Amino acid sequence: MRLEAIPNPSHLRRYGFPALAIAATVLVASVLSWVAGAEPFATLGLIVKGATGSRLAILETLNRATPLIFTGLAVAVAFRAKLWNIGAEAQLYAGAVMTVVIGTSAWGVVWLQLPLMALGAVAAGALVLLGPVLLKTRFGVDEVVTTLLFNFVMLLFVSWLVEGPLKDPMGMGWPKSTPIDRDLRLPRMVEGLRLHWGFGLALIAAVLVWLMQARTVLGYEIRAVGQNARAARFAGIPVNSVLVKTALLSGGLAALAGFSEVAGLKGHLTRDLSPGFGYTGIIVAMLALLHPLGVVVAALFVAGIFVGADSMSRAAGVPTYLADILLAVALLFMVLALGLSRYRVVWK
Amino acid sequence: MMALWEILISASFWAAAIRIASPLIFATLGELICERAGVLNLGIEGIMVMGAFTGWFAVYLGLPLWGGVAVAFASGMLFGLLHATLTVPFGLSQHVVGLGITLLATATAYFAYRLALPQVTSPPRIDPFQPLPVPILSDIPFFGPALFTQTALTYAAFGLALVVGLVLYRTPLGLAVRAVGENPAAAAAQGLSVTGLRMGAVIIGSGFMAVGGAFLTLSAFSSFFFDMVNGRGWICIALVVFGAWRPGKAVLGAVLFAAFDAGQVRLQQTELGAVLPYQLFLALPFILSIVALVIMSRRAEVPAALMVPYNKGER
Repeated sequence: MRLEAIPNPSHLRRYGFPALAIAATVLVASVLSWVAGAEPFATLGLIVKGATGSRLAILETLNRATPLIFTGLAVAVAFRAKLWNIGAEAQLYAGAVMTVVIGTSAWGVVWLQLPLMALGAVAAGALVLLGPVLLKTRFGVDEVVTTLLFNFVMLLFVSWLVEGPLKDPMGMGWPKSTPIDRDLRLPRMVEGLRLHWGFGLALIAAVLVWLMQARTVLGYEIRAVGQNARAARFAGIPVNSVLVKTALLSGGLAALAGFSEVAGLKGHLTRDLSPGFGYTGIIVAMLALLHPLGVVVAALFVAGIFVGADSMSRAAGVPTYLADILLAVALLFMVLALGLSRYRVVWK
Repeated sequence: MMALWEILISASFWAAAIRIASPLIFATLGELICERAGVLNLGIEGIMVMGAFTGWFAVYLGLPLWGGVAVAFASGMLFGLLHATLTVPFGLSQHVVGLGITLLATATAYFAYRLALPQVTSPPRIDPFQPLPVPILSDIPFFGPALFTQTALTYAAFGLALVVGLVLYRTPLGLAVRAVGENPAAAAAQGLSVTGLRMGAVIIGSGFMAVGGAFLTLSAFSSFFFDMVNGRGWICIALVVFGAWRPGKAVLGAVLFAAFDAGQVRLQQTELGAVLPYQLFLALPFILSIVALVIMSRRAEVPAALMVPYNKGER
């Protein structure tokens, strides 16, 4: 068999295959719940109900989506330039560390300190990704492996911080950091509802990234580098400098996930601040076809699956890992669907 | 310094290094085969988890130990088939597919484990491979206990390296695999099936990755627990680069790396461990892998068509 590019794919092709991918994912999920001894459609219903069935469930889904929007944007921005940033997890933690460091120092000027926490987080995250990218542009070291390996280094660093220098003296011996000041917590978006401004910030970030990609020279350059780095260089685009800028942006966005989790939700740093938000950001970005506004939708979808699976698992006894399988299958089917919407398979 | 020297001359240290290197050797060879044919397999981490689970579970259900190894190999091949189908004939992004496979294999293994054993607090144990002293050789002072009192699976890891090296460099099949990784168009012009060779390499390679994972449950720890692979797959990808895509050098790299790993555990128990945080010792293998990548990348002999999909009739 071979593949033949389709110059102008029809609407049916462009949307039909992704729709098929979603249908196939639902099918796989149903089969798995049946294997687990549960009623297939009841399981899916429980997931949907657990994610959207009540005001509390919806708020939980929105809260869970917040860090995923940030990490999803981070990955989408980087992948657009074919910069394979698999280190959003490390950048998230770098942001969280900086948030706690600035947020626990006594200043007394809240209106200055809260923005500085965010800026500090962005700088830390950007710096964390700058290393692997410089290694890539200077020495040709593959960034996939370096960013992946650095996730483990960062997690151990955080583990040391919360047991040592940043440890909460009032924490009864638990490995967690001193909490940031009450005044320095992100306010709630609506009084009385458990949803902090991190979510609003994530939406703003998505719009800004979209504007950047659609309207600025940098956005154009990033796209050009991603499509064909050699041609971009030939056309006079400074490829390495575009890659560095992309890295700073991507690392900074991922770090905001850490900032918003600490300043908006938890108030302190622990080793398990992120249950893999950095890695899940890759799925979010791919499901969104790397589109910044799509990232918001995909993050809500993915967060809904996780929140829904938690409550489904309690009710139906199907292991929560069903959610991870579902997302992995969705990712693989979606990549395949995208391929098939642009190429025709020719058998001969 | 004295402490370091004492560690280096103890046979038990080298025995541990060889033991730690074994799963890495299996998985590194698996990745090497894939990459030599031109396919980066980032599914390695998840496939190792899958192999660790299926191998252990098969033995837990009553299969002999080698039966467990075979089951693990088969489960790895299955995920390899999925990876190969998506990346070779369909030419999809090897990065995204690989990460997807890692997520899928890991989640499936955890799901199956929870499903099979819903109410366990401490993971059940199996009787793992026992050390098998090689007659005569194991009586040699120092080298005997260090090298020749290992489990059968460890000997198999080193044997496999020899076989992979021979096949890659001394047989027509090996030449064909290297050809599709270097210049698929030329290989196709010679009448070789690029798709078939690449898919075969990914499927077999993934099988070996899974055996590497199974080593952890069948020879090292005797039970399956979450997060047990813990980045070993990613380290193996670094080891392939460090070994310049050659089986012999990759084995050397794995042993060197394992020696550092065994060394950091022992150093933690010395006066150094009292001063420095234990996390630094644990981070050392990952930091070392990054450093090794930087050093080796200057003169790496990357297969020319690595990560380049091949589509008939397209130039």
